[in-house]
Amino acid sequence: MSRQPGGSDAPRVEHLLRELAPRVLAVVARRHRDFQAAEDAVQEALIAAAEQWIREGVPTNPAGWLHHVAVRRLVDQMRSESARRRREETISSDVLADWAFVPPPDADVRPEDDDSLALLFMCCHPALSPASAIALTLRAMGGLTTAEIARAFLVPEATMAQRISRAKQSIKAAGATFTMPTNIERDVRLASVLHVLYLIFNEGYTSSEGPELHRVDLAREAIRLARSVLALLPDDSEVRGLLALMLLTDARRAARTGMNGELVPLDAQDRSLWDRALIAEGAALVAQSLRSGVGPYALQAAIAALHDEASSVDGTDWPQILALYDVLDGLADNPVVKLNRAVAVAMVHGPAEALALVTALAADSRIAGHYRLDAVRAHLCRMSGDLEQAAACYVAAANGTANMAERDYLLTKASELTSARR
Amino acid sequence: MRFMLMMHAPRGTGEYQIGSWSPDDFKAHIAFMHQLNRDLTASGEFVGAEGLAPPGQAKIVRAGRDGTPAVTDGPFAESKEFLVGYWIVDVESAQRAYEIAGRASTAPGPGGAPLGIPIEVRQVMAAPLPEA
Repeated sequence: MSRQPGGSDAPRVEHLLRELAPRVLAVVARRHRDFQAAEDAVQEALIAAAEQWIREGVPTNPAGWLHHVAVRRLVDQMRSESARRRREETISSDVLADWAFVPPPDADVRPEDDDSLALLFMCCHPALSPASAIALTLRAMGGLTTAEIARAFLVPEATMAQRISRAKQSIKAAGATFTMPTNIERDVRLASVLHVLYLIFNEGYTSSEGPELHRVDLAREAIRLARSVLALLPDDSEVRGLLALMLLTDARRAARTGMNGELVPLDAQDRSLWDRALIAEGAALVAQSLRSGVGPYALQAAIAALHDEASSVDGTDWPQILALYDVLDGLADNPVVKLNRAVAVAMVHGPAEALALVTALAADSRIAGHYRLDAVRAHLCRMSGDLEQAAACYVAAANGTANMAERDYLLTKASELTSARR
Repeated sequence: MRFMLMMHAPRGTGEYQIGSWSPDDFKAHIAFMHQLNRDLTASGEFVGAEGLAPPGQAKIVRAGRDGTPAVTDGPFAESKEFLVGYWIVDVESAQRAYEIAGRASTAPGPGGAPLGIPIEVRQVMAAPLPEA
C-alpha cells in the first residue's frame, strides 16, 4: 500500500490515520461483534483513505469517513455471505436490516473507553503467542500497516500478514467476544497487555540495527501505545509505571551504543547524552505511580529513575536501589530479579556477599545454565579482583547469548582482562 | 527467535546427485520444498530461504598477504558435506525450529523414500536482550 511520502500531506495523513484507526475499530467491532471481520474492514478503509486523502485532501470528518467506509465494506461482505447462506437457511430480514445500516460519513465516531479497552484486551488475548499479540496490537491499536510491521521485524510482508491473520483466527477459535473481561480476569489480562507493550519496547530498544529509513521505531511506538493506555486507565499505577520505565530507559538510548553499534554499559555511558526531558517526565510519573501502589513496573521504573538521576555510578543511591529490589523480590519469586538484586548487593555490601547469592541462584533450575548468571558472576569476580575467573565467566557468558552486540561486549570484556593480566 | 536451518548433502562428485533421480521423484522433491515454504509463510514463521548452486561451481577466495585476492576452486577437498540451501525462520522456541528441521529432513528422494538429510540448526544472533 502507498503510505509512502507522495503528496505534501502524506505525513500528516499517515499520522491522522494512526490516531483514528483504533478509535474507528473499537466502534465497528463493538457494533458488529465479529472482531476479525471488523479489523479487515477497517484496514481496507485505512488503505482507501491513505490513497484518497493524500490525493484529494482530508474530509471534514475523517473518523466519520473511515467509519462509513469500513461499515459499508462489512455490510457488502455480509450481504454476499448471507446470499450464500440464504440458500441453505433462512435469515430474518430484521437482522439483515439492522446489519445493513451504514452510518453517514458525517456521523460522530466516539468510542466509549470500554470499547477501546476491549480492543486492547482482544489484541493481547491469552490465546495468542507473544509474536502474534505484538503484531495484532501494532496493527489494531497502533494503526500500523502490515508492511510497516513486517519491516520493523525484518520479515517478509506475507509472513507478517499470515501472523496477523492467524492471530485473529486464534481469537475467534478461543471464542473471545468483544467485551471487557470480568473483574476477576481483569488484572491478569491487563498484565498480559502490559507485557506485550513491554516486549514491543524491548524489541525496539535493543535492536542492534541502526535507525533505518522507513522503519518504524518500535520503542517510540510502545511509548505511544503506553500513553494511550494510560489515558484509558489514568488511575492504574502499573500502566503509569510501565510508561515511566519506558521513558527512563529510552532516555539513555543515545548513550547505550557506540559508533559501531557496540553496547556501552551503564557505568561507561556518557551521561551528558541522556535525555533530560524524558528523565524528568519519567521521574514525575514514578513518583505519582508509587503513591497509588507498588507493582513490578513501578518499582523497576523507580530503580531506573535512581540511575538516571545520578551523576555517576559512584554517585548512585545504591542503598535505595537495593531497598527497591528487596520490595520487588518480595512481590514474586523471580530469579531474574534476584540476579539483578545481586548486582545492587555488591555495590552496597561488596562482591563476596553478591557472589554467594549468585552461587545459590545457580541451583535454581529456572535460571541455571543461563548466560546472564555467568555475565553477573564475571562482573562480581572482576570487582573482587579475581580477574582470571572473571575472564573465564565473560567467555562463558559470550558463548550463551543470542545477541550479537551483547556477545561482542562480553568478549571485549574478557579480552581486556586477559591482556591486562599478561 | 530466529534460526538458520542449513541443509547439507554429501560432497560426492561435486554435482547434484539429484540428476540421477527419475523425473517424478525430482518433481516430488521440489513440490515438497515449495510446500514447506508455503506452510512456513502461512504459519507466520518464514523469513527467507535459498538454494545454492552446486559445489562444482564454488570458488574459495582468500586475500594474500598484500591483500590481493586469490581465487581457487572449492569446496575444500577434505569436507565431506556441503551446504545445498538454507531457511531462516522466526519461531517461538528452539523446539519449533527442530520440528521444522525434522520435517525438512524428510524431503523425499528416489522412490519417494525420505532422504533423512542432515539439517544443521543454528540460532541467528538477533535476539532482543532479556527483560529487566
